[in-house]
Amino acid sequence: MEFNHNIYKMADKLNSKIPAGPLAEKWTKRKSEIHLVSPNNKRKLEIIVVGTGLGGASAAATLGELGYNVKVFCISDTPRRAHSIAAQGGINAAKNYQNDNDSVYRLFYDTIKGGDYRAREANVYRLAEVSAQIIDQCVAQGIPFAREYGGYLANRSFGGVQVSRTFYARGQTGQQLLLGAYAALNRQIAAGTVTSYPRHEMLDLVLVNGEAKGIIARNLVTGKLERFGAHAVIIATGGYGNTYFLSTNAMNSNGSAAWQCYKKGAYFANPCFAQIHPTCIPVHGDQQCKLTLMSESLRNDGRIWVPKKMEDVKKLREHSIKPSQIPEQDRDYYLERRYPAFGNLVPRDVASRAAKERCDAGYGVNESGKAVFLDFSEAINRLGKKRVAERYGNLFDMYEKITASSPWEEPMMIYPAIHYTMGGIWVDYDLQTTVPGLYAIGEANFSDHGGNRLGASALMQGLADGYFVVPVTINDYLAHKFSEPKQNTDVKEFDEAENAVQARIDRLFSINGKETVDSIHKRLGHIMWEYVGMARDEEGLKTAITKIKELKKEFYNNVKVPGTQFEFNQELEKALRLEDFFEIGELMARDALNRDESCGGHFRVESQTEDGEAKRNDAEYMYVAAWEYKGEDVEPELHKEPLEYEFIEVKTRNYKD
Amino acid sequence: MDFNLKIWRQKNAKDKGHFETYHVSGIEEDASFLEMLDILNEQLIREGCDPVAVERGCKSSGPVSFDHDCREGICGACSLYIDGRAHGPDSQVTTCQLFMRHFKDGATITVEPWRSAAFPVIKDLVVDRGAFDKILQAGGFISVRTGAAQDGNNILIPHDRAEESMDAAACVGCGACVATCKNGSAMLFVAARVSSLALLPQGRLEAKRRAKSMVAKMDELGFGNCTNTRACEMECPKGISVSHIARLNREFLRAKFSD
Repeated sequence: MEFNHNIYKMADKLNSKIPAGPLAEKWTKRKSEIHLVSPNNKRKLEIIVVGTGLGGASAAATLGELGYNVKVFCISDTPRRAHSIAAQGGINAAKNYQNDNDSVYRLFYDTIKGGDYRAREANVYRLAEVSAQIIDQCVAQGIPFAREYGGYLANRSFGGVQVSRTFYARGQTGQQLLLGAYAALNRQIAAGTVTSYPRHEMLDLVLVNGEAKGIIARNLVTGKLERFGAHAVIIATGGYGNTYFLSTNAMNSNGSAAWQCYKKGAYFANPCFAQIHPTCIPVHGDQQCKLTLMSESLRNDGRIWVPKKMEDVKKLREHSIKPSQIPEQDRDYYLERRYPAFGNLVPRDVASRAAKERCDAGYGVNESGKAVFLDFSEAINRLGKKRVAERYGNLFDMYEKITASSPWEEPMMIYPAIHYTMGGIWVDYDLQTTVPGLYAIGEANFSDHGGNRLGASALMQGLADGYFVVPVTINDYLAHKFSEPKQNTDVKEFDEAENAVQARIDRLFSINGKETVDSIHKRLGHIMWEYVGMARDEEGLKTAITKIKELKKEFYNNVKVPGTQFEFNQELEKALRLEDFFEIGELMARDALNRDESCGGHFRVESQTEDGEAKRNDAEYMYVAAWEYKGEDVEPELHKEPLEYEFIEVKTRNYKD
Repeated sequence: MDFNLKIWRQKNAKDKGHFETYHVSGIEEDASFLEMLDILNEQLIREGCDPVAVERGCKSSGPVSFDHDCREGICGACSLYIDGRAHGPDSQVTTCQLFMRHFKDGATITVEPWRSAAFPVIKDLVVDRGAFDKILQAGGFISVRTGAAQDGNNILIPHDRAEESMDAAACVGCGACVATCKNGSAMLFVAARVSSLALLPQGRLEAKRRAKSMVAKMDELGFGNCTNTRACEMECPKGISVSHIARLNREFLRAKFSD
């Protein structure tokens, strides 16, 4: 295999610590090496968990159960609001309950392939390995997964795979899994092992002697800055998709906690890998602030199409015909045409690009030309209304509430939107960052999905990390810490961090300009979507970096943050997050510029095959790009972790045959 | 579309609070209610008003605070009392899924926070629903350790029973039931959790203790009694049925009799 020689010049810090030995034995081997902490010593140790989505809630609950003293933080009024709650379609697990020849290996293989060969083999294999245990855990917690009439667990299919391994609770799987983790958390709060701090936002990470020892958080009700110390810190604050302003993320989802870690020395990996989800309700007008996802599970039975004839497109836009009036032979089921082996169930990145291709060619079916159809008429005829309603009823209702059009009568209109970020804080096999004592789990880390995440795998990863990985691996670090007393927060490291946060807040209030935070964020979103969106090229990415810098300057000259610090102040919260989104956006563009290949969700126009498929460049880019912060207005340094595929053959992704 | 918005403003928990009226125009009928409030806030910020300015004689208290997050009807954060109804005039939706096409152009719309003794106002339209967390901490779980579970298919659950459990589990914890109830009762919220778990074999072992301790916690936290008005069911954005309250009552009585 040919590698760029620079790859081997990586810093020692980037040691992925992948255990030696056969793939299937690595996790068992690592577990047997990890030091243990005895129960009486666990009681002396404190752990901070930031974020209460699937990763954070499950980690905090499990660590509490083990006997650690856990402090858990969330920005919402209660842990149950974390954005994991909005995941609809399901969670993957290699149970092979369908007898369709599924296995740990196949789940591993599909995930590596789906990620376009940019994820670590060892991490992904472990994910597939613990997947089955997650389902067992969730069933035991009382999660009402869908059942067959015989009482057994039901499954459905998701994109990028040829088996049915997705477990689901109607279209509310994320909600049910989160309520399970939240219930486990509540049990520990009642038991006194976990203390919950809702409406608290982490604004800085505190290092003592180079190790993570606490955080500075703003109490969002009183506005006061508060200090919290611990023996280790776990970041579980999700992704940074809201850099684009319009995304399927919740309004308060943000990248700030992860970004503070980056600025304190944690490397940030593959920031340009952002997932654009193919089935979202199209943008209407310019007053919108949030895009709504329609679950990928709909592609099990829904067929995606645009008209073959331009005259039909014209009539649709004029509302002179209804989609259902276009005869079968005049419909272009373009995914089935281009990818016969997977059809409508190709991975998200492939489906999104194909929709963009048709719309760019002029076949978009709404006034803006940015929509395609997702049609259930064939499924309704085949299965009957009752069964379709059981599978997708709540999604149909939701679509109708938003658009005032019924999917029972006319096809849904959908278009791609930013949904998930595969990139995140760099972690080793133990999920520890480059800062000792700092761990990152779930969407906040970069580790398992490579260049593209498969559907129903985010829930799997969040719960794998939180229930089964970090509660094991963190012991290896803490085993050397139990003799250290509780972290005193009255020391200069905490003073300095708090003063720096205070200075940021004071600066924001002092600007007193004319523009609102949201209006500037919207403009950042336009830059990101235009230049760092579904198709990227060198010139555009350079433009993006310049434009983001200009906009940031304008923000610091002309933003208006009303009110004061010492009150409930949502404008201040947003302004602090936007400061970080500028920098995240810039790093995303920089990473996209560096990665001169197309892979997964990252599509460089310069790097495509003759029929417009993504073209990887394994010789030069088969590495994790890990960026190190070097100071304000200084270019970050790129470190490369080579990806070596020992157990599978690296191929061109093929969903055609 | 144009609207007059009569909105409750309250600086903090101690403030008495008052209404202020604003005018918004050019709202698209496909805009959501919260997008309209975003537009209002943009307008108020541009006018340079904030709570400090109001003391100097400014006409408005600046941007309106309200809880919101997912904006797709599932997180349960949004919590507005609109024209006298929890989550407004449309049925079975949270405020974020309420669209302006349901209002008459030119209408005056009154917006208030949830009003309940157990949900103190934090600011404007934002209330503290921490009491819900406390009720669930009192027993809204199955006591299983991570890693202790048997194979998922070893616990068979009839299809219809799993569906019924899911009906109850759909609760988003928004608090509309409490805000709507003339007694400020949290019975529907408690019942949804108790019932969802009681319907499943995994949840039976702790069913008695769960019902008793959750009801006791609800009473302790200042929620009112249930007098079967069924208003909660009418306003629940997830359509959770009061039949779950009947099941909670059965569970509760069964627990009491076995004491």
